[in-house]
Amino acid sequence: MEMLWFWLTSVLVAIYVVMDGFDFGAGILHLFVAKTNEERREILGAVGPLWDGNEVWLLAGGGTMFLAFPRVLGAGFSGFYLPLFLVLWFILLRAISIEFRSHVNDGLWRHLWDTGFAVSSIVLPVLFGAALGNVLRGVPLDASGYFELPLWTSFRVGLWPGVLDWYTVLIGVFALVTLAAHGSLFLAWKTGGPVQERSVALSRKLWAAVVLVWLLATLASFLVTPVLFQNLPSAPLAWLAMAIFLGGLVVVFLGLNQKKHLLAFLGSGAFILGILAATAACVYPVMLRSTLNPNYNLTAVNSLAGRTGLNAATGWWFIAFVIVLGYYTYLFRVHRGKVKAAVEGEGY
Amino acid sequence: MGDPLFWHRLQFGFTVTYHYLFPQLTMGLAFIIVLLKALGLKTGEAQYSEAARFWIRIFGINFVVGVVTGIPMEFQFGTNWAEFSRISGGVIGQSLAMEGMFAFFLESSFLGLLVWGERKLSPRAHFGAAVALWIGSWLSGYFIIVTNAFMQHPVGYTMGPGGIFQLADFWAFLLNPWAIAQYVHNMLATVVTASFVVAAVGAFWALKGLHPAQARLNLKAGVLLGFVFSLLLAFPAGDISGKMVAKYQPVSLAAMEGRFESGPHAELVMVGQPNVAKGRIDNPIQLPSVLSFLAYGSFSANVKGLNEFPREQWPTSIELLYYAYHIMVGLGTLLILIMGIGVLLNWKGRLETSRAMLWVLMLAFPFPYIATSAGWAVAEFGRQPWLIYGLLRTAQGPSPMVHAGETVFTSLGFAGIFVVLSFLFVYLIGREIAHGPVSPAPKA
Repeated sequence: MEMLWFWLTSVLVAIYVVMDGFDFGAGILHLFVAKTNEERREILGAVGPLWDGNEVWLLAGGGTMFLAFPRVLGAGFSGFYLPLFLVLWFILLRAISIEFRSHVNDGLWRHLWDTGFAVSSIVLPVLFGAALGNVLRGVPLDASGYFELPLWTSFRVGLWPGVLDWYTVLIGVFALVTLAAHGSLFLAWKTGGPVQERSVALSRKLWAAVVLVWLLATLASFLVTPVLFQNLPSAPLAWLAMAIFLGGLVVVFLGLNQKKHLLAFLGSGAFILGILAATAACVYPVMLRSTLNPNYNLTAVNSLAGRTGLNAATGWWFIAFVIVLGYYTYLFRVHRGKVKAAVEGEGY
Repeated sequence: MGDPLFWHRLQFGFTVTYHYLFPQLTMGLAFIIVLLKALGLKTGEAQYSEAARFWIRIFGINFVVGVVTGIPMEFQFGTNWAEFSRISGGVIGQSLAMEGMFAFFLESSFLGLLVWGERKLSPRAHFGAAVALWIGSWLSGYFIIVTNAFMQHPVGYTMGPGGIFQLADFWAFLLNPWAIAQYVHNMLATVVTASFVVAAVGAFWALKGLHPAQARLNLKAGVLLGFVFSLLLAFPAGDISGKMVAKYQPVSLAAMEGRFESGPHAELVMVGQPNVAKGRIDNPIQLPSVLSFLAYGSFSANVKGLNEFPREQWPTSIELLYYAYHIMVGLGTLLILIMGIGVLLNWKGRLETSRAMLWVLMLAFPFPYIATSAGWAVAEFGRQPWLIYGLLRTAQGPSPMVHAGETVFTSLGFAGIFVVLSFLFVYLIGREIAHGPVSPAPKA
């Protein structure tokens, strides 16, 4: 039971990163790959109909964690109090930047929201990456089952770290570079003309950077939390996940070389899913690791909700998931093909 | 003021009240848009599709603000109310997760298609997108109200090890009688809000002499729907809710009504100021025996007063609860009255020419918003001092490690952001209303 719900939660979060990840990527890059109003509307036309649904994966993941591991949700959310409010505020900025821009046909107005879209899309992946870094590094959970963590202390990884230290910021940068690279392939797939050309050109550089930062991040993880890798020999899922992300990486470069942009984008999705799945397989069953005492760890076992509730949820959860896949199939069918900037006064 | 509990409560109360200004319109409007689009499909008359097109644009702006102000609500369960989440997540996590999986995906997938998809979709498919938003937003409302109903009247749970609540009966939890009553009450109110907004825009255009056909349609639709739904809202929905409170939260009923002493033939206080220290209503204007009848169906029924209950069970702010309740009921009555006159004038064919009535309709649209916010204040102040009624006190719910310095910081942050958001919102909505009806989208 705990394994099922650990993985359902992880799957939703991983899908969130892949799906909203390309929205972030588009936002990170749009000032560089789209120069004119027309070109920016092309990008917003690709992201606009999808971002809201993509964001729901995060809420669904949070909700699933709430119902299955309420202790982890309470400790994690209250412990990361300030960074989560920053997340909320930048999520808000991103949403209104995408949605309000097209309502007024004015240069200043649109510059404002273009900047808002870019800034929020850059800050959010760093914050999300740093959050993952904190989960990997561990937090000062004590006997009460809660922890308190300042935003930063000395930026050193010690007994009393901050949310931001050199390690978590490195993971944040890894997230930023990866999602930028992911977004560049989404744009290569969904746009045409100059936007596509610039995205493809950037994509090669970005993916080289991804490989570099990934190596650095893995090395750093090995130094900071060697315990993470102890599970590795006995976790077949982790090996499978590793095969998926390495395979994904190969597909990205193959797709780029053969100008098969959809293929490369799918490879990029597999890379992100695989790397998150490998991480989840390595940390299982720990969900929040205590830096003070392993007995204080919050795990899928000691935080699991009651059985009756989880049995009921197993029933409706899969039904809902299948329905959601149906919506997405319909949505991508309606919006298939290359995106063109909408007529002025309509669309994003 | 250095007490974190105070700031946690203020932050949630403030952000949820602001948030709910937007969904109450979108939920009601979704219903009206479906009606308009259905009429358009059925009659083939362009005026209905044109009205729907305008309201879809208003819907879109409201919906986005609703989304971005709603996500903080989901987060605050964990950030500010971690103990509450830990203790009750096994139960209310169900309805919150179901909201995400069943409602949010539906709404968010079809939002873009509804707002900007008319060119891309066939008329039937576009109607389908409207229906999807209607069902999605009304489902979302249900799951939230199930969550709130568990806090008001907990059912379907057992106490697990360590004082943790666990789900015992999924269907009892999901079909909580309190939830059903509150849902009907709340959803009728959303249609009332939307009707007043539709009528107000119609009245504005009529007074300005703009878009006469659309002004007429909006006035007529707003007034007819507003009358029917505000009437249903008072009876039976409000009546059922009141009886529910009388049955399960008698001490809250006493505080709402400003009743301190028990006894038969309880009078209904119309106006007056509760003087809690002296235990009486100052300057009362009241109707004899009416409260007994409303609460229990008999003029001679005994209605308990606050003095019958131990002090530690009294709601924390009797004054606010009392006023919130009286504002809701007073405005609710006024809403029926306004729309009743509107229906009468419409029947006589004088609705568009009666300038006094048009002024009233144009200016009345804030009343349902105030009444709805007051209604939720009644529910939530009435629940105090409990987080989960009778089981978990509010003081037991906050995050133990979050201090007031953090909560004040984020509360001020939200205050600033919401001011900016309000200006943007009013500006964009104002532009839409000034621009007027939207001409048909040519097929691509």
